Order: sequence, then structure tokens, then C-alpha cells
Amino acid sequence: MKLAKVPLIWAALAAAIGVPLAAAAMSPLLAWRGPVYIVAGFAGIIALGLVLAQPLLIGGYVPPLSAYRGRRAHHWIGGALLVAVVIHVAGLWFTSPPDMIDALTFSSPTPFSPFGVIAMWAIYTVALLAALRRRLGLRLRTWRIVHIPLALVIVIGSVVHCLLIEGTMETMSKAALCALVLAATMKVIIDLWTRRKPRPLPGESIARQ
Amino acid sequence: MTNLVLNRRNVLFAAGSSILATGVSGLLLPARADGIAPTDSMSGGSNNYRKGAPIVDRIGKGGFWMSGTVRRAGDGAPLAGQRIQIWAHTIEGQEHEPQSHGATLTDKNGAFRLEIPQIIPVFGQPHGHLAYDSGEFRTVFLRPVMRSAKETSLEAHFVLQPA
Repeated sequence: MKLAKVPLIWAALAAAIGVPLAAAAMSPLLAWRGPVYIVAGFAGIIALGLVLAQPLLIGGYVPPLSAYRGRRAHHWIGGALLVAVVIHVAGLWFTSPPDMIDALTFSSPTPFSPFGVIAMWAIYTVALLAALRRRLGLRLRTWRIVHIPLALVIVIGSVVHCLLIEGTMETMSKAALCALVLAATMKVIIDLWTRRKPRPLPGESIARQ
Repeated sequence: MTNLVLNRRNVLFAAGSSILATGVSGLLLPARADGIAPTDSMSGGSNNYRKGAPIVDRIGKGGFWMSGTVRRAGDGAPLAGQRIQIWAHTIEGQEHEPQSHGATLTDKNGAFRLEIPQIIPVFGQPHGHLAYDSGEFRTVFLRPVMRSAKETSLEAHFVLQPA
């Protein structure tokens, strides 16, 4: 049973990220875009795929990765997400500087822009804090108080940003990926919530519970 | 033809051109005593503008109609011979490229119409750009959005006030 489950989970994850990418790769819009714009767009799609991987990895839902391995992968994928977002923004800036300036200054006419920009800043913030976490001496509990709200901002911002865009992504595969991102995020937060109560974290007062 | 809703709104309220711009200004301003209110520039309207695009019969191979009207604020009189510049990301070029830009003049009824290549979605929305930037009246940049990327026409209406 368990042996059959492992490849299934990986296949589902690969499909959840791979199908939207493949569908976008077949978009007729690509014919009228320059290479930099195309790369920028796909960096955005890949970023959304990485946003799906993050809650799955940290929640330990991707066997056979141990909790430790899952957390390590979560850190690396977080770094990759940062890089993908930088490529997305830089590529769009190169393609049309005035449109990107509008977006980054929250003066864009497109309703999806602020959602993307807010998610971007949340990603930068998490990456910075994660890099400095040891130096700042952030305990797991404090870290979660900081990271979980920012993760929610990233997830909701990315999903809304993506859904409102009329671009290369195919509608159904885009909606499915967005739904999976939301579901995975809700699952990990609920699990964290329910798991935490019987097993208080080190340093956490039991009396407070 | 497919922009019937936009049309009606613009005719009735005579302001702005897109859902975004007319939504507020079109509904509130015309009731004022001084008549038809001037169109405000839309956010992002001037992006990738190239000043002084030449007057052309058609941009590229055409196939998509950009049309609209130019009128005077206050009395709403049609303004003839006004130069309107048009650009967009089309199947023949990106927004910033010179071949994507062209200008046309309004007729005696203040109407203009220029055939351009099919507009395709760019930066997340299928949209066009139009500018009045000739000096006699205050400069206005419009950025109408197509209701669907499949449409083959788009309208934008200007109400200008003296500079």
C-alpha cells in the first residue's frame, strides 16, 4: 500500500505543476512575444508551482522524504522561488519598463498587479528572515508567528494575481493549480494547528494551553 | 459592434472610454451645470508612448478597428481634424516598437477610425493605447481594455478641455 502511494503522490505533484506548464507552452500568445517576455512569464508559472511544493514539503506530505529532508527541501525550494520571482519581475521590467514601474508603485490599471507585488515583497521578507533566522535567534514558535501569516500573503497574493491575468496559462489547468495551492496551504496550517495542541513545542508553557 | 455596452455608456454620459475610466467619472460628472466633463487620462495610458507617430491610412496589415470620438468639454461639440495617436501590442509588433504606432485625424463629426493589426493580451490584459497630445487641448492618454481577446474592435472617446 505504502509503496504504491509514493509514486502516485509524486506523479500527482508532477502533473499539477507540469500540466499547466505544458499547456502554457502551447499558448498561441507565445508567437507574438519576445524571448525575455516568455522567460518572465514562465518564471511566474514555475514560481506558482514552487508555491504548491512548499506547504507539501514542510507538511511532510511528500514521501519518502523525512521531516528533516522535507524541511531542507522547503528551504531550497524557497530559494528557488525567490530566484523565479526575481527573474519574473526583471524580465517583465525589461519587456516594458513603464508597465512594471506602474505595478511596483501600485499605480497600475491592472487589478492583478498589486496582488503580485504584495506577494513578491512577502517572499523577499520571508527569504531575508529565513537567511537571518539563526543570527536573529528566532525560535521555532516565533518563526512560525512570522512565517505563517507571510506564507498566507504569498499564497493568496499569488493565486489572485495568477487567476486575474489573461496570459499564456490555460484557464482550467491554471484554476486547478491555484486550487491545489490553496488546499495544500490550508491542510498544512490545519495540521500544524491540531498537531501543536497535544505536543507543545519546547519552551512553550503548558499552563498557557 | 461588440462594444455595445461601452458605446451606450459613452454616448449617454460622454466621458472616458473604458469600463475603468467611465465607471466613476462618467456617472458623476455630467450632471454638473457646466455640461460635459473632460476625460481624464487613464492610469498606464501613456506607457510605451512614442511622441509624433506619423498619420497613416492603416497600421501594418490591419484587421482590427480602433475607433472613437473627440469632443469639446462643456458643450460637447465634435472636434474635427484632431490628431489621435494609437498603439498597442498586436500580432505584428510589441507596444514599444515603432511599427505598432500610428495616428489618424477626426472627421467633421469628431469621429476617428484606424485599422490596426489584431490586439493580443499583453501584461495580463488585451488593451490598446490612444493619445491626444497636440497642444491645443490638454493632453489625454487612454487605455481601453477589450472585454475579450477575441474582439476585433475597440473604442475610446475623448472629451478635451483647453490647455
